[in-house]
Amino acid sequence: MIEWVGVIVQGTLLGGLYALFAAGLSLIFGVMRLVNIAHGDLIVLAAYLGLSTTMMLDVHPFVALIVVMPLMAGIGYALQRGVLNQTLGPDILPPLLVTFGLSVILQNALLEGYTADPQKLNGGAIETASLSAGGLAVGVLPLLTFVVAVAMIACLQWIFYKTSLGRGFRAVSDNQDIAQIMGLNKAHVFGLAMALALAVTAIAGILLGMRTSFDPAIGGGRLIFGFEAVIIGGLGSLWGTLAGGVILGVAQTIGAKIDPGWQLLAGHIAFLVVLAVRPNGLFPRVEH
Amino acid sequence: MSAPTVTRATRASSVATVIALIALVLLAAAPWWAGRADMRLMGEILLYLSLACLWNLMAGYAGLVSVGQQAFVGFGGYMLFALTIFGGLHPIAAIIAAGGLAAIVSIPIATLIFRLKGAYFAIGTWVIAEVFRLSFAQVSALGGGSGSSLPVGIVKSLAASRSGREALSYWLALGAAVVVISAVYLFLRSRRGLALTAIRDSEVAASGLGIDIWRTKLEVYVVTSAFTAIIGGLIFLQKLRISPDAAFSVNDWTAFVIFIVVIGGIGTLEGPIIGTLLFFALRETLADFGTIYLMVLGLVAIVVMLKAPKGVWGLIRDRFDLELFPLSYRVRTATDKGA
Repeated sequence: MIEWVGVIVQGTLLGGLYALFAAGLSLIFGVMRLVNIAHGDLIVLAAYLGLSTTMMLDVHPFVALIVVMPLMAGIGYALQRGVLNQTLGPDILPPLLVTFGLSVILQNALLEGYTADPQKLNGGAIETASLSAGGLAVGVLPLLTFVVAVAMIACLQWIFYKTSLGRGFRAVSDNQDIAQIMGLNKAHVFGLAMALALAVTAIAGILLGMRTSFDPAIGGGRLIFGFEAVIIGGLGSLWGTLAGGVILGVAQTIGAKIDPGWQLLAGHIAFLVVLAVRPNGLFPRVEH
Repeated sequence: MSAPTVTRATRASSVATVIALIALVLLAAAPWWAGRADMRLMGEILLYLSLACLWNLMAGYAGLVSVGQQAFVGFGGYMLFALTIFGGLHPIAAIIAAGGLAAIVSIPIATLIFRLKGAYFAIGTWVIAEVFRLSFAQVSALGGGSGSSLPVGIVKSLAASRSGREALSYWLALGAAVVVISAVYLFLRSRRGLALTAIRDSEVAASGLGIDIWRTKLEVYVVTSAFTAIIGGLIFLQKLRISPDAAFSVNDWTAFVIFIVVIGGIGTLEGPIIGTLLFFALRETLADFGTIYLMVLGLVAIVVMLKAPKGVWGLIRDRFDLELFPLSYRVRTATDKGA
């Protein structure tokens, strides 16, 4: 019994990481209806930037965030203003295909720069540290990841609903043209949204890199996890995304407990079941 | 002045038909004039051409932008192996059966993922492909995660000699490409094709005219899935070896196909043909550069999408008013000699 409680706790904590993958995706979709196929590769890029930073400056991965977060945010702003803004419109094909092309470019650029060898960020003692309570051992790093995920979602929620930046996001999301008339530069607002999304992605990438080893090819899988969390939770709801991540994480750890080969499959099946039973997700905010 | 007439054919399309027929005869005779390596390459080109035409029908006409077609390529490949090894079927029969099975499997999948719209539909198809990959990796009878080879006895049942087998698998690829292109062309010329073109141009207007959009899209999805599985079977009949990672590779069976269609011109029948030729020209020149080549390919696709969203064929068509596959109607008066 306690064993299964442990499995569910592990899954919940894993869900925090998936919620971090998904938060950026959810944010961008909410603001500009853009689905970024390269999102997973950007997470991997952040992990590699973290790797380079820790190697060059000889610092802990968490300290590397001081470099990686602004860097990813800058990349996001430039990417949005330079390329992605041109793809937005009623036709869904251009953003899809451009981000798909971007994904292939990123993957191969990482392959060229860092080779296909799996890498890992060295987090030191925190990786193996654990807390135990009532026969249940919980890793400090997964726990920290979950706490960070909750804090990030709360922070994004606060930005969205309590700041002038968030008001801009909501305004362009509701009606781009009227927001523009009201004096908002939508190209700039979209740039800021992507910058914010990739700053969150930077955190996700660093935490991913400390948790498991990574290589340039794993981006697609991370995109799918993030996407599943978004759909399970319901489009446009940030807290729903966290719930979606947790459900996905729990499904995967239960699957892995039954048979290691079933880990990913169980997650996908949970997603398909939610899609069949509640096509709008568990906590939908907007209908599409 | 006589009454104006409405035609679909143009002089360009008639010339194109003649050239296509000559090309077909030459291609069919390839085993007598081409070397082994060339024939292998041409077979691969023809199979990619078929995949591109099918993806184009789905994405360019039905608006079903899938990034998960590798699900059906891999399914077809695995069915070829399963039905020949365990079912004792002849490889060609197995490949045709794979198409039928894919059609059946695609119906419940469609009812599920059609709930996702636009780009979310795209990623949904990718999830399905992952489910297929992980599931086939669990089947230990087919080699599990490391895959298996087609037994020698089954390979020999195709033709006794090696050159005979190579010629046969080339002809099958050629036949598949001809069938796929003709099927797509005839479908688009038919009443349903007209409905599909209407959906492509405006879903709202099309549904106002009484077109059942969901059903039309379902038909396209099922037919495309079946053909894609058949092509997948032929691909792995050429390779003779299958593994989950090769069978369900998103890069090989979807990324390249998408680039082909986008660069050639999405939503046209000519586009995939031109795109395939350009893709292989690029690949054969840049293949030595490995990852650089893929980056160039991604970059070309992005630039085309941003600067010339109708692709290479779109540029040519707008410049010269050409149409090699006569799909649109033209009104012609007696005084208008017309091209």
